[in-house]
Amino acid sequence: MGGRQSTKFPDGAPAGGAGDAVSDPVTESATGSDCLVRIRGLSFSRGAQVIFDQVDLDIRRGAVTAVMGPSGTGKTTLLKLISGQLRPDAGSIEVDGEPVETLGRSALYQLRRRMGMLFQSGALLTDLNVFDNVAYPLREHTKLNPAMVRKLVLLKLEAVGLRGARDLMPSALSGGMARRVALARAIALDPMMILYDEPFTGQDPISMGVLVTLIRQLNDASGLTSIVVSHDVCETASIADYIYVISNGQVMAQGTPAEIAAERSAWVRQFMDGLPDGPVHFQYPAPSLADDLLVRKVA
Amino acid sequence: MANKARALMDGLLDPLARLGHSGLKALAGLGRAHLLLLGILGGTGELLRRPRLLLAQVFNVGVLSVLIVGVSGFFVGMVLGLQGYYVLSQFGAKESLGVMVAASLVRELGPVVTALLVAGRAGSALTAEIGLMKATEQLSGLEMMAVDPVRRILTPRFFGGLISMPLLAALFSAVGVLGGYFVGVGLLGVDDGAFFGQMQAKIDFREDVVNGVIKSLVFGVVVTWIALFQGYDATPTSEGVSRATTRAVVHSALAVLAIDFVLTALMFGK
Repeated sequence: MGGRQSTKFPDGAPAGGAGDAVSDPVTESATGSDCLVRIRGLSFSRGAQVIFDQVDLDIRRGAVTAVMGPSGTGKTTLLKLISGQLRPDAGSIEVDGEPVETLGRSALYQLRRRMGMLFQSGALLTDLNVFDNVAYPLREHTKLNPAMVRKLVLLKLEAVGLRGARDLMPSALSGGMARRVALARAIALDPMMILYDEPFTGQDPISMGVLVTLIRQLNDASGLTSIVVSHDVCETASIADYIYVISNGQVMAQGTPAEIAAERSAWVRQFMDGLPDGPVHFQYPAPSLADDLLVRKVA
Repeated sequence: MANKARALMDGLLDPLARLGHSGLKALAGLGRAHLLLLGILGGTGELLRRPRLLLAQVFNVGVLSVLIVGVSGFFVGMVLGLQGYYVLSQFGAKESLGVMVAASLVRELGPVVTALLVAGRAGSALTAEIGLMKATEQLSGLEMMAVDPVRRILTPRFFGGLISMPLLAALFSAVGVLGGYFVGVGLLGVDDGAFFGQMQAKIDFREDVVNGVIKSLVFGVVVTWIALFQGYDATPTSEGVSRATTRAVVHSALAVLAIDFVLTALMFGK
């Protein structure tokens, strides 16, 4: 289903290199070395609920790729599948050429050292202050001396504008600050890719603006690859190079922000324009109101 | 008629199916708990290289429980002194009060009551801490930083509980003896030479003290394991953590009492 829309990468060129602007996603990206994450035939269910059904998806190196969709469509699940926190029922997920779903624990941890993830809640360790939170991965995975760790931590905190907050505890941080600290921690080991899980949810306009700018700037300055999972349409579209819109276990649309904006599908228009009714009904499925009101026997 | 028969069969089979489902669920939980224990023990080597993590947990589980264990031990010792005096004096054996207080404490009440107190104070705290770390994605965050949360978070807490339990039980027993002494000798007039003399003569190191230490070590494993498993296995919501905390205390208490019976039968049931 992932291939129902034409796949074009940010610059309009197909994934595999030269060729027409519109091309077959699977064959193009399968041979493309600039594809950092390649998902083929991904199926995943929770009980009877199908989260993904034969989904194909490509994430290009160096790009900010947005995965958008309504709440509960499996956006966070997708990040967990990519990072190996969940295993798919079927299909393959390759990250930098490594098949995530078959990696053992040790190999998976090695791969994760090259990934960062910004959780919706920030996921800071609440018993450590800001400095120690950012220093944590450095102390766990490197043998750098304390002076070098200090310099690196201060540089990472400077990048997110919170060098002055190094001694604060997580409980003293606002939601936006906590996510910026978490972002500094996510880039502490200079990863190749960062996964953002709903980075803008619950943020005030200033914090949101800061995060939007930071994600784009960090991606470009550090040569990262970013996957932003969000349902904040405007903010995400403003920094994304490429957008996947998912729902009901399938990719409903994909393309550059301009292409998504020009998409005429009623479902995509309802989601992108925030319309209260359309293919996704306002009312949860139920018997008619008259039937419900005229019921005589109340349990 | 056929529908009625089917309804009757369903009525009979449904409870059986539910019972089977509950049994399978319990067995699955037991399996997960054992896998978690293996994971925890797998982090022992790493813990030895970072003893500070262990010391911090000995402080959290052990030192922070000293007050409640000490105060409880003193009161339990006083009650033993009082009850023992009235029973023993009926047989003219009130000089044996010291032995009775010490044997009760070292063999049974020290390890058991300490385990129950630790389950209530430190065990519930461990469950809530781990459950909240799960609910706030801190454990997932560690996973994503390529840090094994079981080895980094759970292993130090497990050994912290294991080391603390016999020390706390020893404290409970020692303070309990003082409580018994206070009531028996100080208030009721038992001879203090007889109180300690008979205690020294009759309390056997191997039979009483070592067995008490073994009991408290076993309780340390059980209480900490249950607390950590309940936290790690909790549904990551506020209600889930609350239920897990309750389960941790209830399961720990029942397990301690049941295991105590088995251990007592094995150790003293000649």
